[in-house]
Amino acid sequence: MALPAIELNGVSFFYDNHPILTDVSMRVAERDFLAIIGPNGSGKTTLLKIVLGILNPRLGSVKVFGKTPSEAAGMLGYVPQDTGLNKDFPISVQDVALMGRLGRSGRGRRYTSEDRDFARKALEKAGMWEYRDRPIGKLSGGQRQRVLIARALSAEPRILLMDEPTASVDAQFQTHLYDLLKELNSTITIIVVSHDMSVLSGYINSVACVNQTLFYHDSGEITGEMLHSAYQCPVDLIAHGGVPHRVLRKHDHEDS
Amino acid sequence: MVEVFHSEFMRNALLAGLLASVACGIIGTLIVVNRIVFISGGIAHAAYGGIGLAFFLKIPPLAGAAGFALVIAMIMSGVTLNNKQRADTVVGVLWAVGMALGIILVDLTSGYSVDLMSYLFGSILAVPRADLFMMVLVDIGVLILVAAFYNGFLAMSFDEEFARAMGVRVGLLYYVLLGMIALSVIMLIRIVGLILVIALLTIPPFIAEKFCRSLKAMMVVSVFLSSIFSLVGLWFSYTLNLTSGATIIMVAAAFFFASVIYERARQYLIGA
Repeated sequence: MALPAIELNGVSFFYDNHPILTDVSMRVAERDFLAIIGPNGSGKTTLLKIVLGILNPRLGSVKVFGKTPSEAAGMLGYVPQDTGLNKDFPISVQDVALMGRLGRSGRGRRYTSEDRDFARKALEKAGMWEYRDRPIGKLSGGQRQRVLIARALSAEPRILLMDEPTASVDAQFQTHLYDLLKELNSTITIIVVSHDMSVLSGYINSVACVNQTLFYHDSGEITGEMLHSAYQCPVDLIAHGGVPHRVLRKHDHEDS
Repeated sequence: MVEVFHSEFMRNALLAGLLASVACGIIGTLIVVNRIVFISGGIAHAAYGGIGLAFFLKIPPLAGAAGFALVIAMIMSGVTLNNKQRADTVVGVLWAVGMALGIILVDLTSGYSVDLMSYLFGSILAVPRADLFMMVLVDIGVLILVAAFYNGFLAMSFDEEFARAMGVRVGLLYYVLLGMIALSVIMLIRIVGLILVIALLTIPPFIAEKFCRSLKAMMVVSVFLSSIFSLVGLWFSYTLNLTSGATIIMVAAAFFFASVIYERARQYLIGA
């Protein structure tokens, strides 16, 4: 069997001894397009940050193509939620996009012309190249989101992880983004945290429901109709204390 | 103002002001964009414990303060790295304990009436040659480290989590940054004293941030502004016979308020 893109084993995470994730295990196959859904505060973002090596789990192991997240840094692209950014920060759009190259270029190294080419291509894909010299603080929320997407793409990642990537972009760019993701998905693995299941359902091939623990739905079992139902799942059923919901026929809740 | 340069102490004072401005502008910029002003204030004040310790052990005060400030900076790095907001209390405690320790150690040092004021409020007019030499070393060290890790510092300052995801060693850079803050603070003790250090570290970058489009530019402009403040402050202090450190800070503050008023007026005019 091929090496999974991501493998979590018995991962638990606590914040001030308050459990956020408990015993989460999952395997994401290469070139999967996975949506992570769940109610607010369910640990979706935490799960993403653990895969990225931003947070370290208290228990369990994380492997990205068989390596630790920090060893795999150059393979990962990340689009965070657009909330914590310092909007007064003196930095241009282009310099933000270049940051995606850091995992590749090595810590202290200067950016090369190759790095600049990748950043340029990424900005063009996100439709932000013409704004390259604009300070990040002078952009609208949607434009800033596009820059963050370009920053992730400039890494030429093997796995792209996105946290609510369409939260503030307009419908037109949203469709464009998903088409772009679909195209990228022929070569790379994509994981999207989103509430936007109605749009996503046409693109993804597996879903994971998270609410402190993981309700993982394996890829083959999902039909469009099921996905539509799954959209209800985190709200209706998991919120009621993790009752396994009956909408999806086959429910792989892995106990490990 | 030519006669000012004839005396060696004034020449040294001017040189000290310029040398301190280099590290001050670069490190101050990183302090402001990383929003660790309070932590830097803690390091500056706790450094007083090092001065007390140096008197107690009869070693050169600035060397003692530098060593002690570095230790405090490393402790603060460990405490605040993953918890910049909530570590407030710990920083506040270290801040006060450092100062208290310094005062008690000076008390315990027999038969020594120390001119504490010069450490609290600066004594730029009494900068010895050896201190200028130390300042050159700190400047070179800061320039090399910041240039070598510029992209890492930039990524960490802009978006720490993304930097971590890209494999930037944020933890290590944070320790290095706080270490550089400690050394810069010690350097500035001679210029403005440790009570006023924070003003000279933060006012130039605060003004520069509004007009700069890159972190690099912000550092350069901060160094420039800091030099202006030091030189103009020294000149006022010399001609009006005022305490140099306080005068430099007042000059900086005047620019600070002018920039705030300018910005408000500009926004008002654009809005109107």
